[in-house]
Formats: sequence, structure tokens, C-alpha cells
Amino acid sequence: MHRYRIWAAVAFALLALALPFIFNSPYYQHMLILILIWAALGTAWNLLGGYCGQVSFGHAAFFGLGAYSAGLLYLHLGASPWWGLALGPVVATLVSLPIGLICFRLRGPYFALAMLALGEIFRLVFLNWISFTNGPRGILMVATRPGKIPFYYLALAILGLALWWSYLLIKSKFGYYFVSIREDQDAAEALGIPTTRYKLYALLPSAFLTGLVGAFYMNYVAFIEPNVVFSLGNVSVMIILVVILGGVATLWGPTVGAAIYIALGELFRAQLGAANVLAFGVLVCLVILFLPNGVVGEVDLFKRLLGGKRRGDVGGSLGSP
Amino acid sequence: MTSVAVLEVRKIVKRFGGLVAVDNLSFAVREGEIFGLIGPNGSGKTTVFNLINRFFPLTSGTIHFGDRRIDVLSPHQICALGIARAFQVVKPLRRMTVLENVMTGAFLRTRNVRRARQKALEVLDFCKLMHRKDFPAGKLTIADRKRLEIARALATEPRLLLLDETAAGLNPRETEEAIDIIRQIRELGVTIIVVEHVMKVITGICDRVMAINFGREITTGPPAAVVNHPEVIKAYLGEADA
Repeated sequence: MHRYRIWAAVAFALLALALPFIFNSPYYQHMLILILIWAALGTAWNLLGGYCGQVSFGHAAFFGLGAYSAGLLYLHLGASPWWGLALGPVVATLVSLPIGLICFRLRGPYFALAMLALGEIFRLVFLNWISFTNGPRGILMVATRPGKIPFYYLALAILGLALWWSYLLIKSKFGYYFVSIREDQDAAEALGIPTTRYKLYALLPSAFLTGLVGAFYMNYVAFIEPNVVFSLGNVSVMIILVVILGGVATLWGPTVGAAIYIALGELFRAQLGAANVLAFGVLVCLVILFLPNGVVGEVDLFKRLLGGKRRGDVGGSLGSP
Repeated sequence: MTSVAVLEVRKIVKRFGGLVAVDNLSFAVREGEIFGLIGPNGSGKTTVFNLINRFFPLTSGTIHFGDRRIDVLSPHQICALGIARAFQVVKPLRRMTVLENVMTGAFLRTRNVRRARQKALEVLDFCKLMHRKDFPAGKLTIADRKRLEIARALATEPRLLLLDETAAGLNPRETEEAIDIIRQIRELGVTIIVVEHVMKVITGICDRVMAINFGREITTGPPAAVVNHPEVIKAYLGEADA
């Protein structure tokens, strides 16, 4: 079983490395990069929202801060926006720290609401602080740009980092503590777990990775404006839907969810025009109804339907890959 | 048995608004004993547990564990000092397996996953839950959930264990097994406080029992004496009709 896993991982990695040559057109390569971006965002959110149960409706705040870290460096200092890859995650992490310190002492929906507000606050501030951010005109980067392939590999590296980091955390004491906090905070406290601190341990890497993806996004798209990168509907909520589609609290769920989201999103847009959002919404409802644990979370169900073996092999959320 | 007090509760009071749930209660639990806490429904037994591990802050009074004052600490610090608790309303970590539940407790004393697993397996064996180790905790029967509560608490390697109605809702055979497990835990050198309605548990294993009603002490002493105390009978059955 273990050996089989390793070979599967190697094959998967080789496939990921070869993909941009298999789909050798800028359009498909763009789709692949978008999948990687959303997969990394979903993986970052999942660590906090999926495993630790602290649902954030405002990860756009960290994403936008990462993007603007890169953009503002370019705008004001004329620095290469690649420096944003270093600055963005740090800024996002620093902003997340006080939010976590304040909200994680409380239970209930306070953190979710605070994050919702945080995303909107940053959006409005960046829209209106025109002298610093260019406001709604956004930041356009004029630079010679390499082709898609370097971006693809960079995005793949970021996703790899997110998955690897998540894997290490989930398989360690941290993972057990995160899940126990999600399952029952009183029980966790009574087992000697400093719940406030461990929620923070989930938030900080989540914000860090989200900021990193934001900085990458600025470099890749070369144009940002507050309504795009701090968007509640198109960033904060979409991250959550991607994770739900693929499987909450599963390592590969967000990646699978991102692939479905981007592929079907394109298909719906091409076929259905303005109705594509409706179609996507219906899809999400169907997944929630029939695959409540997401596509990856219901792997056992598929196995049962296909092969009829390993019936009732349900483990805890840490046991599944 | 030594007479060193492991836990010393002095004049604790807990008010919820106008209701006095615990009223000037004092008691000391000695090293290695099984101390019973009985009283009718709503008499404040579970509240006493919630005060000991500080799920609720005290209104007044002090609680010492060894020579350390603990009523100012938070629940996770109290557990780290060595007071573990099995809840009356069981709190399984539902979407984790039984083994993962117990490992979560074991991680208090180690950060090494393999060692935590080893410890958890030992505890599961001790609590006779080994056959359920890969079950999702949410799907256990009530008897197994109660046992899981004990196992998880034991995995934190406590010096003092608070057992809240561990035998409630169990059939006679399961009750016997629960009593066995509690006895064996004591043999490990763990001091135990039990809150219980099931008299078989109280009279069968407790060294001393305190009866309370309306948050106040009625009497403390050997189980047989306390259970037959007229005030205690009156508290459970009400005043004789005049």
C-alpha cells in the first residue's frame, strides 16, 4: 500500500510537470495556471477552515494584500514585483495575527464575521486611498513578460509548498489538535489543548500561503484593482466553494475542486453565456446534497459503486489521504 | 493510604445571576482515594467539576491542586497539571476514530506521533476498547462512548481524574465493567472523584462520599453511612408527608 502510494505520487508529479507540454496552447496553459492558483488558495483555506473548523469568509483580504504588496512595490519603488513574493506573505501573516488574537478567544461566528468585515474593509480602503493605491484604476504593470510556462512551474511550486506544508502539519500533533478543536472545543480544552494558540497556528500559515498566491497573481496577470483582488463573491466565497466541491478537510480536495471549478466554469461560460453562474450554483447545490464530503471526501463511495470492495471502510478525517 | 490532600477546595461559591449553584463548599481529596460526590438532580455536582477544571470561574473561594492554586488557571493548563475529566454528556471527537481521539489526549505528554499512538493503544487495551480502535467515535454505542471518555482522559496521564456519571445509562453488566475499570485506574495510583447516581458504584468503590443538595454539603463520610443518613434520604425522596 505504501509502495503503491509512492509510485502514484511520482507518476502524478511527472504528469504535473509534463502538463504544459501536453496542452501546448496559451489558452489551456492559462487554464492550468488558474487551476493551480485556486488549488493553492483552497489548500491554504482548508488548513484553517477545513481541519481547524475556523471558517473564514474573508480570505480575499490576505489574497489582496499579497497582490498589492507586489503591486505597490512596483508602483512606488519601481521594484520588480517579484519581491512581492517575499513581502506579500509576510504582510498577510502580520495582518492575520491581531485578528486571530482577538477573535479566537471567542467562540461562535465571531471569527467568520470579523474576516468577512476585514475583506470588505481592505477593499474599501484600497478603493478610496487613491494617492497610495491608485484606487479603482488599479495597478497596471508594463513589463516584458516571459511565456506561460515559467508561470506554470512557479504556480506548481507554490501549490507544492502549500500541499507539503499542509501534509506535515496534518500528520503531526498539530493536525490532531486542529481537528479536535473543530470537533469539540470544550473537549479539546479539557484534554489540555490551548485552543486559542492552536487556532492561531492554523491561521498564520493559511494567511501566509494566501498572501503568497496573491503576490503570484499580480505577477502573472499584471493588473490588479481592489474590486477584483479583495472581492467577496469572486475570491473569498469562491475559495470556500472550491474546497466544498473537492472535499473539506482532505489534502487533495481543494486541488480536485479547483480543477472542477475552472474546467466547468469555462465550459459553462462558453456554452451557457450569462447563465453560467446559475449553472455553477446548481452544481454546488448538487454536490452539497449528494456528496456532502466533496468529491475527494466521498472517494470511498465511488470505490464502492465501482468495485464493491472495502465497504464501510470509514476512517477519521486524519486517516484518509 | 496517606492523608496528603491532592485537591483542596475551600469555601467555593458559584452564583449564576440570582441562583446560588454552589454554596460555600469545602472538601479535600486525599492522594489515592476514590471520592464520591452524590446528590439529587440539580444539586450542583457537575457544577463542582466545572469549577475544578475552570469551565466556569468561581464567584469566590479557592481551589488548590497540590500546593498550586488552580482556580486562576485555564482548563487546558489545569489538564496539563494533571487533572483530567470524563464528561457526563460525552464529547467524542465524532469525525475522528477512537484511536485518534485517544491519541489527541496522549499528545499532551509527547509531540511524537508514534509515541502518542503507542500510548493510546496501551490505554485502549486497558479500557477494553481495542476492538473499536478504527471506529469513527461518532458511531459508538453509549457504553463505548463513556469508555472512550475515560480512555481519552487517561491518555493525558492525570494524577486526578474527574468522572462524571460514568455509569449512567449502562446496563448491569456494563456497569460492572465500568466499576472494574475505575478500580484498575486507582491501582495505577490515580486519585479519582466520581459524580454518580448509580448507588452500586458509590457503595462499591468509594472510600469517602460527600452528599450535597442545593450546592451545600449535607454530610461526608464512609459510603454506607452517607447513603443511610436521614438528611440524604430526605434530599433524594423529599419530606415525609405530614
